[in-house]
Amino acid sequence: MMVNLKINNIDVTVPENTTILDAAKANNIAIPTLCYYPDLRINSDCRICSVEIVGKKGLSTSCSTLVTEGMQVKTHTPRVINARKTITELLLANHDADCTACAKNMNCELQKLANVLGIDENRFARVLEVRPIDDHNPSLIRNSNRCIKCGRCIDVCRNIQGVNVLEAMNRGHDILISPPFGKYLSDEFCTFCGQCSSVCPVGAIIEKDETATVWNALHDPQKHVIVQVAPAIRVSLGEELGQKPGTIVTGKLVAALKLLGFTKVFDTDFTADLTIIEEGSELIKRITTGGVLPMTTSCCPGWINFAETYYPEILDHISSCKSPQQMFGALAKTYYAQKENIDPASIFVVSIMPCTAKKYEAKRSEMGSTENNLDVDVVLTTREAGKMLRQMGVEFENLSEMEFDKPFGTTTGAAAIFGTTGGVMEAALRTVYEIVNKKPLAVLDFVEVRGMKGIKEASVDLGGKTVKVAVAHTLANAKIIAEQIKNHESPYAFIEVMCCPGGCIGGGGQPYGTISKTRTDRLASLYAVDVAMPLRKSHENPDINKLYSDFLGSPLAKLSHELLHTKYQPKRRH
Amino acid sequence: MTLDLMLQKYPASSEYLIEALRDYQTAKIDHCVTEMEIVKIAKYFNVTESKVCSVVSFYSFLSEKPKGKYVIRICRDVPCFVNKSESILKTLETRLGIKPGETTTDGLFSLEFTGCLGQCDHAPAIRINEKTYVDLTPDKVKAILSEYREEKS
Repeated sequence: MMVNLKINNIDVTVPENTTILDAAKANNIAIPTLCYYPDLRINSDCRICSVEIVGKKGLSTSCSTLVTEGMQVKTHTPRVINARKTITELLLANHDADCTACAKNMNCELQKLANVLGIDENRFARVLEVRPIDDHNPSLIRNSNRCIKCGRCIDVCRNIQGVNVLEAMNRGHDILISPPFGKYLSDEFCTFCGQCSSVCPVGAIIEKDETATVWNALHDPQKHVIVQVAPAIRVSLGEELGQKPGTIVTGKLVAALKLLGFTKVFDTDFTADLTIIEEGSELIKRITTGGVLPMTTSCCPGWINFAETYYPEILDHISSCKSPQQMFGALAKTYYAQKENIDPASIFVVSIMPCTAKKYEAKRSEMGSTENNLDVDVVLTTREAGKMLRQMGVEFENLSEMEFDKPFGTTTGAAAIFGTTGGVMEAALRTVYEIVNKKPLAVLDFVEVRGMKGIKEASVDLGGKTVKVAVAHTLANAKIIAEQIKNHESPYAFIEVMCCPGGCIGGGGQPYGTISKTRTDRLASLYAVDVAMPLRKSHENPDINKLYSDFLGSPLAKLSHELLHTKYQPKRRH
Repeated sequence: MTLDLMLQKYPASSEYLIEALRDYQTAKIDHCVTEMEIVKIAKYFNVTESKVCSVVSFYSFLSEKPKGKYVIRICRDVPCFVNKSESILKTLETRLGIKPGETTTDGLFSLEFTGCLGQCDHAPAIRINEKTYVDLTPDKVKAILSEYREEKS
C-alpha cells in the first residue's frame, strides 16, 4: 500500500512502512543523521535527524518514525535546525575535536555534520575528560576522547558479530564505550575483525596506521620491498580512491604500487590457489583416513581468533593451513629468496588486505622463521593503501594497466573469489571434485554457496559419497557453526567461515561507508573477475605445479608442512 | 552464602540478572561484585561479561569496587536540600573523615550521594544499607553513627 504525505509542503507518495528519513531521501532531501547506519539497528540515540510533524508536540526522529497517511513533515524549520545545532555543539564540547590531527580528518561524519549545519563557533565550553588511549594490540586503536557514543560499534560487535566485547558502561554523562572491566581490546576478548572501525563515524576506532613504516622501508636501500595484494582489494581500492563501488582495478593497482616504489607487485591470489591445493589435500586426507571432521577453513584470522578465544575445544577442526597471506610471506622469504638469490633477511614483505585482523595474524610469533624475522613485515588495509597513493599524488585513473610479477603472478578465477563469502568453498570444490572423482566438472559455478545468506549449504558427490558442506559469514553465524561442532551435531564435512559480512569484500579494513549495496557490488565484480580468467581451477595453475616440482615436493609433504601449515593455541581467558 | 549457592536460587535466564546481582551484593560485606564473580555470573546467565559490566555500571546500587560494611547514601535532591541536607552531609563528612565516593580506612563506612529516597515529607533523609533515616538533624546523625560504631564493637 502507498502512503500520501507532505514533506516541506510537497506532496510525496511512498510505500507504507517507510521511515520519514527514507521518504525524504527518495524525494531528494537528505535529512542529516549521525548514529544512523543503513545496515545496523536503529537506536535513534543522537536525535540529529529530528524533524517537526505538524500537530505533534515535540520533535520526532525521522530514522525511527514511519510515515502515515496525511502526515505533514517539516525537515528544516528554524526550530529543527536549532535543535540539530545544539546537539552537535554539545557533542563537540565533549569531543577531542583536534580535527587536523586525526586519522578521520575529511572522512569524519561529525565533522561533515558540523559543516552541513554551518557551525562556525561553539556556545559551549569544552568539558572533555581525557581518557587513556587503547593501542595495546597490532590492529586497532580506540580513542575514547573522540567517541560520540553513537552505539554503532556496540551494535556491530554485539549483533552482527555476536562477540560483544564493546558495550556501554556507566550512565548519563559518564557513559564510556569499552571492553568489560575497563580492559584493553588485547585482553583476549577481541577478534580484531575491525567491523567497529568500519562503522565508527569519527576517529574513535581506527586501524593502527603503518604507512610510515612502509615509506621508510621503500626508501631503505638495504631492503628489497615487495608487496602482495589480497583478492578483495582489486574490487575495492578503486572505491577508496573515489571510483564507483565494485570497480575492478587490478591492472591499475599493480601500476600504482610500482609507482610507490615496490620492487615487485605480487598477487595473494597465487597463494590462494596454493591454499586450495594444501587445504583440499588435507580435506581429502581427513575424509579418507577417518580424520577429524568437519574441517573448517583457516584463511580468516578473525575466525581463528574467535575460535581460539571462545571455542578452544574445536581447534582440531580447523584446517592447519596458514592463510594465503602467511603462505605468501613464508614463500617470499624462502622460495623467492632462493630463486632470486636475495638474502631473506633483506626482504621486506608488505600485504595489502581488506582486514584489520591480518595485522594481528602477521605478528603471531609462529608466523616466521624467528620472532624477529616474521614472514609478513607490514599489513596495510585498503584504506591505508589508498592513503599512501593519495600521499604520493598518484593519478590513479590515468594509469595504464600492468600485470602482476612472476613467480607469484599467475592465478586463477578460483583464487579471485576467495574475497567473497562462499568463494573459498567454491574454489575448493572445483579442485577436490576433480581430484577425487577423476573427471572434469560439467559446471564450475556452485551457486548454492554464493550470495549473502548467513549460512549456506550444499551437497557434493565425492567418490560416490554425498558430502555436505556449509558456508558461514559473520561471527554470529560462525558461532552457530562452532556450537554445532562443539556439541558433535555438525552435519557437514567441510565448512567455510569468514568473519566479516560478505567475506573479505566487507572486511573491517575496507573503504568507509561499506553497506549491503557496496558489498553486493564488490561481490558481483569478483565473480566477473573469475569468469574473465583463462584459468578457473586452482589445480590448473601452471606456476603452482612448478612451485611443487621445483621446491615444495608435494602437498602436505615435509617442506609444505613446515612452511604452509600452522598450529592454533587456546587463548587463556582470566 | 557462596556465589554458586546464590546463583542456584535463580533460573539461568538473563531476566534474573539484576535481581541476582542485587541480592548477592547485599549479602556481601563489601557490597560489590568482583571481576571473578562477574565472569561466573555471566557464564551462569549465558550473557557476555560486557553485558554484566554494563548493568553493574549503570545502576548506582551495584558496584565493581568494594565498599564499607555500611553504605551511607545521602539524598542530593531539592526537598532535602531546602531542609538543610548540607548540614547532614557536613556532619557525616566530619564524623567519618571521608568525602562522598570514599570509604573509611577501617572499612566500616562508605559515603555516597543518591537521588530521591521518596521521603520528601520527612526531609532530610539518608539511607544506611537497607534502612532509611528521616527528619534528620546533625545531632541525630551523630547518634546514629555511634549506634553503628557500637554495633561493631
